[in-house]
Amino acid sequence: MTDAPRRLRVLAAMSGGVDSAVAAARAAEAGHDVTGVHLALSENPKSFRTGARGCCTIEDSHDARRAADVIGIPFYVWDLAERFREDVVDDFVAEYEAGRTPNPCLRCNEKIKFAALLDKALALGFDAVCTGHYATVVTREDGTRELHRASDMAKDQSYVLGVLDERQLAHAMFPLGDTLTTKAEIREEAARRGLFVAKKPDSHDICFIADGDTQGFLAKRLGRAEGDIVDESGTKLGTHEGAYGYTIGQRKGLRIGTPAADGKPRYVLDISPVDNTVTVGPAEALDVTALTAIRPRWCGTAPAGPGTYTAQLRAHGDETEVTAEPTEDGLTVTFTEPVRGVAPGQAIVLYDGTRVVGSATIATTRRATAGSAH
Amino acid sequence: MVYLDHAATTPMLPEAVQAMTAQLTVTGNASSLHAAGRRARRTVEEARESLAASLGARPSEVVFTAGGTEADNLAVKGLYWARRDAEPSRTRVLASPVEHHAVLDAVEWLAEHEGARVEWLPVDAHGRVHPDALRAAIATDPSDVALVTVMWANNEIGTVQPVTELAAVAREFDIPMHADAVQAFGQLEVDFGASGLAAMTVSGHKIGGPYGIGALLLGREYAPVPVLHGGGQERHVRSGTLDTPAIAAFAAAGRHAVAHREEFAREIGALRDELITAVRAAAPDAVLGGDPDPAGRLPANAHFSFPGCEGDSLLLLLDAQGIECSTGSACTAGVAQPSHVLLATGMEPDLARGTLRFSLGHTSTKEDVTALAEAIGPVVERARSAGLS
Repeated sequence: MTDAPRRLRVLAAMSGGVDSAVAAARAAEAGHDVTGVHLALSENPKSFRTGARGCCTIEDSHDARRAADVIGIPFYVWDLAERFREDVVDDFVAEYEAGRTPNPCLRCNEKIKFAALLDKALALGFDAVCTGHYATVVTREDGTRELHRASDMAKDQSYVLGVLDERQLAHAMFPLGDTLTTKAEIREEAARRGLFVAKKPDSHDICFIADGDTQGFLAKRLGRAEGDIVDESGTKLGTHEGAYGYTIGQRKGLRIGTPAADGKPRYVLDISPVDNTVTVGPAEALDVTALTAIRPRWCGTAPAGPGTYTAQLRAHGDETEVTAEPTEDGLTVTFTEPVRGVAPGQAIVLYDGTRVVGSATIATTRRATAGSAH
Repeated sequence: MVYLDHAATTPMLPEAVQAMTAQLTVTGNASSLHAAGRRARRTVEEARESLAASLGARPSEVVFTAGGTEADNLAVKGLYWARRDAEPSRTRVLASPVEHHAVLDAVEWLAEHEGARVEWLPVDAHGRVHPDALRAAIATDPSDVALVTVMWANNEIGTVQPVTELAAVAREFDIPMHADAVQAFGQLEVDFGASGLAAMTVSGHKIGGPYGIGALLLGREYAPVPVLHGGGQERHVRSGTLDTPAIAAFAAAGRHAVAHREEFAREIGALRDELITAVRAAAPDAVLGGDPDPAGRLPANAHFSFPGCEGDSLLLLLDAQGIECSTGSACTAGVAQPSHVLLATGMEPDLARGTLRFSLGHTSTKEDVTALAEAIGPVVERARSAGLS
């Protein structure tokens, strides 16, 4: 089931980090005709990185160029800042404004790396886009392709690629997917290849929020909007400065004066943008037994009927068993065991073993506690 | 490789390499009094005399710098400061909007930090400043102008400015004029003495000399305020130990450039015309940038806009076939920007994004043009299908 060795024209997306640099180097070493491209995604790039956060600084662009020069491949910077703002950043803000919790990385893979970038690459005569993601592409006998988890489950990033459809997968290349090595070994490989990004810190968090302060970022765009924090009975417990600053399942930073009657910690249960209210309650009330999801993306044909899968609800999250059934505009999912911390806006990715079946965006959840649907 | 980017830099001439390597093997600071210093000084001064002769200047008018950018900065900032200090009312700077960034950004820096009021001179569709436009700009108040700066020939679209006429207008009002002649030197007849300019920039690596060496030709009556302070070399205008090997090589390249200029311009102009004809045949909707009259543009320059194409896409596709050229415009953080030169000529921003500059030089051949002629048609077609992002 491996690809026949064929020399492909490959466009390697290079962030300036170690993974994408090693991925590009491996693609070139495999005999492909590789061109590096750094995506300029920020409309006002900062000069230098600060710590492990953020990306798309001029320094990152320089690091990517430096790596491309060492690998010996052409390198370009493509300005996709406007597309990124429209498709990823504005969507991120709008989702929070609507009381949901989006994952911008999935969105970026779906709309930028494997849409805007891929389309341009194909038009320019490239065969594939290569990234430093840890995931595996398997080609079936009929030539169609499947996305699988990375060989090393600890590094697996198939969750953020769960939005790719068959056409996008057909042109995807993830040279790190079959790596059964530690990150330290990837760094060693980079050093061995003369790539000085070997020692660069990993990126964390959301790339376009360089200081890591998501609440501050949202507050700047959405403004302050004071509202009530209430318990499940509707009793006011405190005041918030913007419902968008909360995530379902959140415990810290609620700033509620009075403790719960039973002394147990309280969690965010619900965010209602309509009346600008944040509802809190006990941990048990977070238990979700089922959900509906919209905007399904299937890696191949959609399942014809209900099926049993494992599901992943967030990057680096655990797998959980579900029964899922496609509906007209999405899917319904029932959990075998209740799960916590499920928020509308998050992506649910379904797996059959290691194979990604598809994904969808969570729209509503059903709670174990009687009668509460959100 | 098909190298069609000589305006970015051109291979060093053998005589320049020889002059440079000979000097790299000997010791001597041209400011030292001992024998090694005297030897270096002699080399520097002979080079100065040679370069002055190549450019119609007096040896004392040659101020060596570390390149064109430094010479431009010294001229623009130094002359502005000197004029303003002598007469505080003189804060107006008249500049063409098609200048190289070394002038453009220096002028804008003066506006942001030194109280300069910048007036961008109007240009025609070829990017040319007309002497009447300069006269009109000065005439609004001749007593408040510190400096005029208009390049001799444009680095992107190759348009040649009427420098002598412009300098004559500036001189009428006793206003110093600077011209960046980096692209003109070696392709056009550049005579500093006859030009009437107060200051003029030239660079080594554009004429087959080494990188990191340039000169500001500076009339003896001008004393710009230095940008670099130090040991007081070069008329106290540009401090720093003189780079004897680079200076010797620059002078050698200058001699070659001037000795072969007419023949080079004629031959390279004919090759350039073939290139233009070939590109137009392969991509009929390509728009020639700059002056279509060969007399009004640099003989080694061809510049096109390809409607519906991204310049970067064109570059990538040609690069993949071993053809090296440039979009002609500068990048910001590696991201191609529509050229300020083309925007100044009134070109639509979308069209200004799809540009390529082909610049020929002393190693260019007919085969280079043939290779481009064969590649450009499909490349334009493909780039157009990728569209504007």
